[in-house]
Amino acid sequence: MGFLDKIFRPLTRSEPWGVHPDERKRPASETPIRRLPPPPLLYLPLSQHVGAAAEPIVRIGQKVLKGECVATAKGNISAPVHAPTSGEIVAIGPITAPHPSRLEMMAITLRSDMEDRWAPLEGLADPLARAPEELARRVAEAGIVGLGGATFPASVKLGLGHRSRIRTLILNGSECEPYLSCDDRLMRERAGGVIRGAVLMRHATGAREVRIGIEDNKPEAIAAMRAAVDGHADVQVCVVPARYPMGSDRQLIIELTGIEVPAESRAADVGVLVHNVGTAFAIHQAIDLGRPLVSRLMTLNGEALAQPGNYEVLVGTLVEDLLAFAGGVRGEPARLVMGGPMMGLLLPSAKVPVVKGCSGILALSATEVARDEPGPCIRCGSCTRACPVGLLPLEMNARIANAALDAAVALGLHDCIGCGCCAWVCPSRIPLVQAFNHAKGELAAHERDKKRTDATRRMAEARSERLEREAREKAEAAARRAAERKAQKAREAAESAASNSEGAPA
Amino acid sequence: MLVAVSSLTVLGAVLGVLLGFASRRFHVEGNPVVAEVEALMPGSNCGQCGFPGCAGAAAAIAGGEAPATCCPPGGKALAQSIAARLGLDIDLSAVADAGPQLAVVTEDICIGCCRCIKACPTDAILGGAKQIHAVLHEACTGCGNCVERCPTEAIGLKPVPLTLQHWVWPNPARA
Repeated sequence: MGFLDKIFRPLTRSEPWGVHPDERKRPASETPIRRLPPPPLLYLPLSQHVGAAAEPIVRIGQKVLKGECVATAKGNISAPVHAPTSGEIVAIGPITAPHPSRLEMMAITLRSDMEDRWAPLEGLADPLARAPEELARRVAEAGIVGLGGATFPASVKLGLGHRSRIRTLILNGSECEPYLSCDDRLMRERAGGVIRGAVLMRHATGAREVRIGIEDNKPEAIAAMRAAVDGHADVQVCVVPARYPMGSDRQLIIELTGIEVPAESRAADVGVLVHNVGTAFAIHQAIDLGRPLVSRLMTLNGEALAQPGNYEVLVGTLVEDLLAFAGGVRGEPARLVMGGPMMGLLLPSAKVPVVKGCSGILALSATEVARDEPGPCIRCGSCTRACPVGLLPLEMNARIANAALDAAVALGLHDCIGCGCCAWVCPSRIPLVQAFNHAKGELAAHERDKKRTDATRRMAEARSERLEREAREKAEAAARRAAERKAQKAREAAESAASNSEGAPA
Repeated sequence: MLVAVSSLTVLGAVLGVLLGFASRRFHVEGNPVVAEVEALMPGSNCGQCGFPGCAGAAAAIAGGEAPATCCPPGGKALAQSIAARLGLDIDLSAVADAGPQLAVVTEDICIGCCRCIKACPTDAILGGAKQIHAVLHEACTGCGNCVERCPTEAIGLKPVPLTLQHWVWPNPARA
């Protein structure tokens, strides 16, 4: 079997998945990281992570120092929020979310005092001698979430290590989205910190080895990381081909370990954990310096921008302030995007804050967003070849267009990672991934409705049970009272009879 | 006297046996589909559909007298599961998903009369006599039974605001 497999593998292997969009990372990737000074006002959303929103622990008017906790985690999957600079809390309330829906979200507003004074913070001495749980706790307290964009609380993932026996820890430095280069700059300029974070995470998860996957279009980052890794035998820098979506955890796992994560299970189930390089650096800062996650690296790019580049930005800075610092925009940008052009979110306005999971802001000009009207599907199959998880986007789309969501699920809708390769290659410009995102949302809504209906039924049953019980208790009480009255009457009758009989002879 | 009593007793016994036998022999099976549809329904008997409780609505839906979309608390999800069970084609766009609604008490005019509490099919309203009432939002189905009972119009329905957690990407095919 093995022999035949070897012969036929080149034949049976499907064509390479993914797409090669124009990179457009330069010139931003060639400019060193610049630090953005604290803006006058910062808006700190309470849910910048997957899971329950954080709970504010500050009052309006309270003075806070940089790095002080302003909202604590609530529940198992949550993350706290810290003050990104020193200043005064001026409001706690709804603001426009950095989200295409234009809906509101709760946030703490902080007025900067422009001094940027750190709270007294202490790193953990000799962390590699400590218990892994202590490291995970520190990471949780620092409010670190997956900085690749998924924003899953990092400590929860670290904690998985001991429950599901992690063999390999993968650091994701592939940064496959066009335009973005903040991970590239991070690895070039702060390679030591990233490697230190990797070593700490390896200790916290109990993984045997660390592999750092970097796409071959970042030779400087590869060289810097290789130089920094020197001396750590179990940390290995691996070069992966540049191809979108190499940065998707499942695709990177296949590339680096040969393991395919099965549908409906997580990477941890096959003994692998994937973290972004930015997360590793943040963990190094949290453990060694005691610094919570209050800033992150971000790429500002797009033709409408005067000075594209990479910036270290305080979480909560308004996009508007950020663009102004980067030289402003030329004219009105045709589109403002948070994240990369493939999976990023369209911003409703520049008056929204950047959050922990924001890897870049793109101000795209009209020529960059040229869009054709969708035409009919010609069944060319380009989308099936491009799909990194081997789905049939054209078939799924046909089902969804006819509202047959269950049929789309049967075709693997839940395995879709939403990378957008299908829509990108489609010669008819059919909005495929958009349809899948819509369908996933509808399915989640149905699931919620169903749960609600079940809960209603349970409550209605509980009520009828209660009514029955109350009626029964009432009847019992009435019967008891009747019996008591009867007994009382009998007693009285007996007493009067006795007194009568006593009085009779007289 | 004895003759009358015994003859009536015998007559009663014979007729009773006859009736018992007839009820077994000529038993009409209830429609099992109705029971299945009823099992799908919320079961709060809120009456928004216009039928006497969920059992009535289930019978009407199974009998084809009411559309599968007639249950407002069940919404689209229920309509779909009923349609799947009965093999119906339904137009979900017609479902007036006016969105979920919740009962809200205007606290300064609530007199604490407890009438709404008794009308709530899911025990979602809290309060005692001469105490201001409150609605448990997790338990409220937005059926509106409480609204008519309130003598001071202190309780009313309000649409649940759309949040980021419940937001769904628009359908590009319809956009």
